[in-house]
Amino acid sequence: MANTKDPFEFQEFEEAESLLEETRDATTINIDDVNEFRNQRRPGGDEVEEDLLANDDKAELLSGQRKNAPFWTFDYYQKFFDVDTCQVRSRIIGSVLPWRGKNFIELYVRRNPDLYGPFWICATLVFAIAICGNLSKFLVNLGSPNYKYTAEFGKVTIAATAIYSYAWLVPLALWGFLLWRNSKVMNLVTYSFMEIVCAYGYSLSIYIPAVVLWIIPSEGLRWFSVVLALCLSGSVLLLTFWPAIKDDHIRVSIAFMSTIVVLNVLLAVGFKAYFFSSESPHQQTNNSSVVTLVQSKPHS
Amino acid sequence: MAEADGSSRAFLGLSDVSISEDIPVEGDISMPPTSSLQDDGFSTLDEPVKDTVLRDLKAVGNKFVHVLYPKKSKALLRDWDLWGPLLLCVTLALLLQGGSVDSKDDGGPQFAEVFVIIWFGSLIITLNSKLLGGTISFFQSLCVLGYCIMPLTVAMVVCRIVLLGGSGTVSFVVRLVVVCASFGWSTFASTAFLADSQPQNRKALVVYPVFLFYFVIGWMILTFAPAQ
Repeated sequence: MANTKDPFEFQEFEEAESLLEETRDATTINIDDVNEFRNQRRPGGDEVEEDLLANDDKAELLSGQRKNAPFWTFDYYQKFFDVDTCQVRSRIIGSVLPWRGKNFIELYVRRNPDLYGPFWICATLVFAIAICGNLSKFLVNLGSPNYKYTAEFGKVTIAATAIYSYAWLVPLALWGFLLWRNSKVMNLVTYSFMEIVCAYGYSLSIYIPAVVLWIIPSEGLRWFSVVLALCLSGSVLLLTFWPAIKDDHIRVSIAFMSTIVVLNVLLAVGFKAYFFSSESPHQQTNNSSVVTLVQSKPHS
Repeated sequence: MAEADGSSRAFLGLSDVSISEDIPVEGDISMPPTSSLQDDGFSTLDEPVKDTVLRDLKAVGNKFVHVLYPKKSKALLRDWDLWGPLLLCVTLALLLQGGSVDSKDDGGPQFAEVFVIIWFGSLIITLNSKLLGGTISFFQSLCVLGYCIMPLTVAMVVCRIVLLGGSGTVSFVVRLVVVCASFGWSTFASTAFLADSQPQNRKALVVYPVFLFYFVIGWMILTFAPAQ
């Protein structure tokens, strides 16, 4: 058919179905089929392991294709920003809803870790903590005449250092540890550095509404929201990292898990204590005057 | 032979192809002011300094007017310059000085801090929008973000004037309203220019950092407390 056509005329290629009619045995690949195949083997238990194995292979293949650009070029980082608005939204929601058997990295991040979420969630949290801490201090000291309002911009730097080191250095340490254990004990599941950073970055997103709640100067409410945020983000992290370490010795697994939990608790309680202390300066000046009285007593 | 005839027949139709006269063809062939300094015969060395300065000032003023009445304009994006953002940044940083200075350093932001926040913030947002696949160029984006600080600078001037009359609750409410309005205006103006250059399903991802940026600047303006 081709040779009777005018070479300068635009050639329309036929639809896939009509081409298939000619050669019925031709192999076809349909993108939807791949996803259906994976979804059929979804619910927990032993099937999850096979599923993860299969995904591991795919992850290795696909990540091999992506590593072409050297890390000092712009294109290398562009592949970490390949997310849409709805994907970011679903990742944030998934990071605060722990579901037994569903792994955050497996479900949302696999094969497409992004840097947008971790970076901007950390930036938002830094400014949210600084602003809400300032507001809560203002509200606590509203009645006292000695209080002079200051904006406390120095605290932004402190908050930024704390949050960015938690969100980037802890994943680095965890990744290094998992890499080391992988050389000793064969694990079925391995996470890349970017995926761990993703998990930690998105897990911080629960603290943004918690921090806004801490403006209200009620101790009970504050502690309740601290505990709630801790439980949610901690359980998501635990569920995510359990498959990566469960094949190891039981002591190593428990030490690993408890490190994650302890660091999370330290972060939350540290924020609350440093930025949202509910002592008013009225009480603080009382304490310091009591101290000077006691010190001056021996002289009298 | 039959094929040659066939191909020449295909070309016959081309002779009456023409652009119909009722499709308007428009464009702007003026070059951006900075490039005229370089070469091509017409040099600005021969004209009075006043003309050179006035031309640049007119370009800057034109962009200020565009921020006041934001509507999409390709010409504005193409002729970027960074004089306006520099002017606004220095003005804002100077106005934020003279806050309550205690012996401890927990006061307002220092001059250098404001500078760093504005320029570093604009840089990060520009990088973010380029990484997400935006088609706007680097300096165009810096230009737009810098010029859209203008409503917030105006709000700072208004706040300082209001604070001259006292710093009670009424003045706080007035300042809050002014800062909120100018923050909304800044965000709206910059998204009017920036949002078009982004892919459709990522617009919110690009607009959110801009929102955060102007929110932080608005917070700095609102919490400015003068020395007493």
